[in-house]
Amino acid sequence: MVFKKDIYFSENLPRLMFGAMAALTVFSLVSIFIFLLISGIGAFEEIGVSEFFLGIDWNPTSFYTPAWGIFSLMVGTAIISVLALSIALPFGLSIAVYLSEIASPKMREIFKPLIEMIASIPSVVLGFLGLLFLAPFIAKFFNISNGLNALTASILVAVAALPTIASICEDALSSVSVRFKEASLALGATKWTTIKKVVIPAAGPGLIAAIMLGLGRIIGETMIVLMVAGNSRAFPTSLLDPVRPMTASIAIEIKEVVVGSLHWQSLFAVGLTLFIITFVINLLADVLVYKKYSYGN
Amino acid sequence: MATNGSLRETIYFYMFRGSAFIGIAILFIVLILLFLPGHSVINWHFLTSSWQHRDITQGGIFSAIIGSIYLGIGVMLISFPLGIGTAIFITEYSKNIFWKKIIRLAIRNLAGVPSVVYGLFGLAVFVNFLSLGTSLLSAVLTLSVMTLPWIITASTESLEAVPQKFRETSLALGATHWQTIKKIVFPAAFPGCVTGGIIGIARALGETAPIIIVGATFYLSSLPTSPLDKFMALPYHTFILATQHSSPYASSYAAGTALVLISLTFLLSFGAIIMRYNYRRKKDW
Repeated sequence: MVFKKDIYFSENLPRLMFGAMAALTVFSLVSIFIFLLISGIGAFEEIGVSEFFLGIDWNPTSFYTPAWGIFSLMVGTAIISVLALSIALPFGLSIAVYLSEIASPKMREIFKPLIEMIASIPSVVLGFLGLLFLAPFIAKFFNISNGLNALTASILVAVAALPTIASICEDALSSVSVRFKEASLALGATKWTTIKKVVIPAAGPGLIAAIMLGLGRIIGETMIVLMVAGNSRAFPTSLLDPVRPMTASIAIEIKEVVVGSLHWQSLFAVGLTLFIITFVINLLADVLVYKKYSYGN
Repeated sequence: MATNGSLRETIYFYMFRGSAFIGIAILFIVLILLFLPGHSVINWHFLTSSWQHRDITQGGIFSAIIGSIYLGIGVMLISFPLGIGTAIFITEYSKNIFWKKIIRLAIRNLAGVPSVVYGLFGLAVFVNFLSLGTSLLSAVLTLSVMTLPWIITASTESLEAVPQKFRETSLALGATHWQTIKKIVFPAAFPGCVTGGIIGIARALGETAPIIIVGATFYLSSLPTSPLDKFMALPYHTFILATQHSSPYASSYAAGTALVLISLTFLLSFGAIIMRYNYRRKKDW
């Protein structure tokens, strides 16, 4: 009887313990959304949802007429996202095609971890190199006075997102059934034709997931845009204009605002907006990845 | 036609190979570009003495190195057990497919939350709500929450890679569920959990945006003695020297600090990658 009781405890204690850990993890993750909402909701009430999202002026510290529109900040984020993605995607996909279809197993074993290492470059380091080398180069190349602009930031953000995009594309390509490739090669198609007409289309949903997750990574990038995007609140009209994306605004301003003030609340509202954007992007990617696994099996 | 096709194939394949080489070149270019302006400031004195605010050429970055190491250890102490425990629950205990899916969805989505948003979360919860102030502890907790999804993902993969046969054999021999997990499943998965975790820690150490918000400072006369003290950290130190310092030497000191930071994160990730490689080669299943 005593023995049975011991077993009961020793079996159920770990279950409870790990269950509690899992619950705590999920709880802490869910509470991010709740705390952002609680801290930021006041801004929507006071400023008004349409004024907040569609207002072009963001000037919370103005004494006479503070302005609370984040549209210019969102456009800054959008410009950098589109530009960085259009640099990182072809580049990342090429790397993925090489790793999964062309490289010998030995080269693959060397290259894969090295590409993965790019993700360990701290973004502050990329930003610093941008200040020191890339911005002066861009300024000289386009003959403009200041190289701190959307283009410079996009190039560096593309580097930061490259390992994410390359490794997810690689997963998607590698998970295409070997039978598809063999069938194509047996029909006389060349290796390139097989990659182009069979492997890439079959990996389609996974590749779109890679785009989505890469995009999420790009939108959230903070230090690079804080350091080299030029930090201007004016509405951008060209790729060589300085911009201030949403993430940079939060990082610059949050230290200097009074806790609980309207400015504080509206920065949390910007954070909440970022959270929702990345959440939707990740959710879409998730649906696509889930679809991918039902492919070719 | 045939030669035309194979010529095109050759060109494309060179292009793909080329982009892989460029990708790797980025790593070396970053190191070289940091080394050029930064190597001249790195010496024993720079690494082991404390920061001098008045004359940056006199001081070192010892406090920032120690701050980053404290941060890394703190994050490891919290996120490793929580992350691995959660992964064990997902793979070994949770039978309800629906909840499992919900937990996984939450984890994957939260891995995509921008780091600056984690900073805001830390500010609202740890700094203000729990009144921990801008401190080492707030930063450790914030970065721990941020690294959790990465560690859970790596650990779950590692636990799932343990063959089902192992579990069935152990149970068939009369071991209980917990004994099977403790003696069979966990030891087999442990190296994978740890290497995934170390890569997570390396990334967390390079994060700057969250610690700007919840606790790092640029100048402290002494090392933190309690978890509630403010602290210096390498990425923040790099950031301030790179952007807000007026000294003409600031950029070479920023480069020196960045070089120390990147050596730390590269050593950790590279070490973990080598460990993972060795362990995969040795494992006989």
